[in-house]
Amino acid sequence: MSEPLLNVSGLQAWYGESHVLHGVDFEVRPGEVVTLLGRNGAGKTTTLKCIMGMIGKRQGSIRYEGEETIALSSDKIARRGVALCPEERGVFASLTVLENLLLPPKIADGGLSLDEIYDLFPNLKERSTSMGGKLSGGEQQMLAIARILRTGARLLMLDEPTEGLAPIIIKQIGHAIQKLKPRGFTLLLVEQNFRWASQLADRFYVMEHGRVIDAFAAAELPDNMDKLHAYLGV
Amino acid sequence: MIPLLGISTQALFGQLLLGLINGAFYAMLSLGLAVIFGMLNIVNFAHGALYMVGAFAAWFLLTYFHIGYWPALILAPLGVALFGMVIERTMLKRLAGLDHIYGLLLTFGLALIIQGVFQNQFGASGQPYPLPEQLKGGTNLGFMYLPTYRAWAVVFSLCVCLFTWFMIEKTRLGSVLRAATENPELTRAFGINVPRLITLTYGFGVGLAALAGVLAAPIYQVRPLMGADFIIVVFAVVVIGGMGSILGAIGAGFMLGIVEGLTKVFYPQAANIVVFVIMVAVLLVKPTGLFGKKL
Repeated sequence: MSEPLLNVSGLQAWYGESHVLHGVDFEVRPGEVVTLLGRNGAGKTTTLKCIMGMIGKRQGSIRYEGEETIALSSDKIARRGVALCPEERGVFASLTVLENLLLPPKIADGGLSLDEIYDLFPNLKERSTSMGGKLSGGEQQMLAIARILRTGARLLMLDEPTEGLAPIIIKQIGHAIQKLKPRGFTLLLVEQNFRWASQLADRFYVMEHGRVIDAFAAAELPDNMDKLHAYLGV
Repeated sequence: MIPLLGISTQALFGQLLLGLINGAFYAMLSLGLAVIFGMLNIVNFAHGALYMVGAFAAWFLLTYFHIGYWPALILAPLGVALFGMVIERTMLKRLAGLDHIYGLLLTFGLALIIQGVFQNQFGASGQPYPLPEQLKGGTNLGFMYLPTYRAWAVVFSLCVCLFTWFMIEKTRLGSVLRAATENPELTRAFGINVPRLITLTYGFGVGLAALAGVLAAPIYQVRPLMGADFIIVVFAVVVIGGMGSILGAIGAGFMLGIVEGLTKVFYPQAANIVVFVIMVAVLLVKPTGLFGKKL
């Protein structure tokens, strides 16, 4: 088994006085697609933000490529090859689509070129001169994903990429993600849409009350569906 | 001379030019304030004081080092920008995320200290700063006499404003700046060193103020309180243009300078308050300012 690309252990985090992560442990190996599952408020988004260095008060260990990053600022973590597509998408309204795409600086080789990104999401090419604030929800999500493909970051974290989108768009985003895997990207997803995630992910972690409480490989899913339904309350 | 509505054209154009010059300074100062407010969320009350320091820096350079106007136009803003960046790093940085009032109080206190030190040293009266050799004299346009330096001040300030606008709206650096203004946390998570960008932005904003100060030195006297008198009107200009709006700051600056000038011709008694009357009217009708989008 290869060395993990990302190793999270004993991760704790606080929003002001409220303690939201109580010791999260999991790992992501190079080239894998891993999905964090769990109900609302389980701590999935907070976990991604901690890895990105965006939560002020965090403790424990987050090792990326063997290096401890728990105390690094978010710009330094980004420079090491971690990228986040946030839940709220974070498309900059005062920037054009192209400016949004070109905003994150290139940190390494191996990212997609602008042409490859336009092949993946043709809508973005048509709208390249539109302001970010004028995009539809689906276009915003495509832009938010596309934006982190260019930089050469190896670990892409996507927070709820299908939330609130039409089925046709969800399908298109799924296709795009499938094309990323053979390019050597490693993906960490947070997703409520379990059916959609099950077609993409190699492994799943289930979170509850700020902890990881269970883990499955994709192949183990059929035998564990009852358990999973109980966890997720679906 | 042909009188117009009982006013001689000489007086009309003379005041219009004066208004335009004031407008040029309003525009440069409010532009710096707008850039700083957008990025740091701080209402920089030290702006007027730093404008004054810019003018004094030019005067120092000339008096003690015999360095003239043209080098001062570059050196003084650079020096003040450096001073501003030290202020940002050592003081303003600690106020990030706190209420506006803290930044306002700190910069207001700084303004009082800076002005106090200069007043203690140089008294309230002004030091004259000579016109640069190349810009002496003027041209008779037939309907009015146009002093060369004043024409230069207006044109130069307009160029600086348009250059700044271009940098912010049309370049890669500008897109990073706009992104960091909109969502600093996320911009930082893309690998951009936002704290450094904030320091540089503050340096740039106060550098603009100092540049306006050097430009003003040969027109107005170099006085410790030259900025304090000016900055109150400039804040009104920023509010009218819309907090944080680049084009708003430039447009409102020139426009209000001209309106002020025209008021001096047609109803001189109101000249000192016309900007504030407009501010009240704009706030009542469009609280975000003429060009403002958000607060």
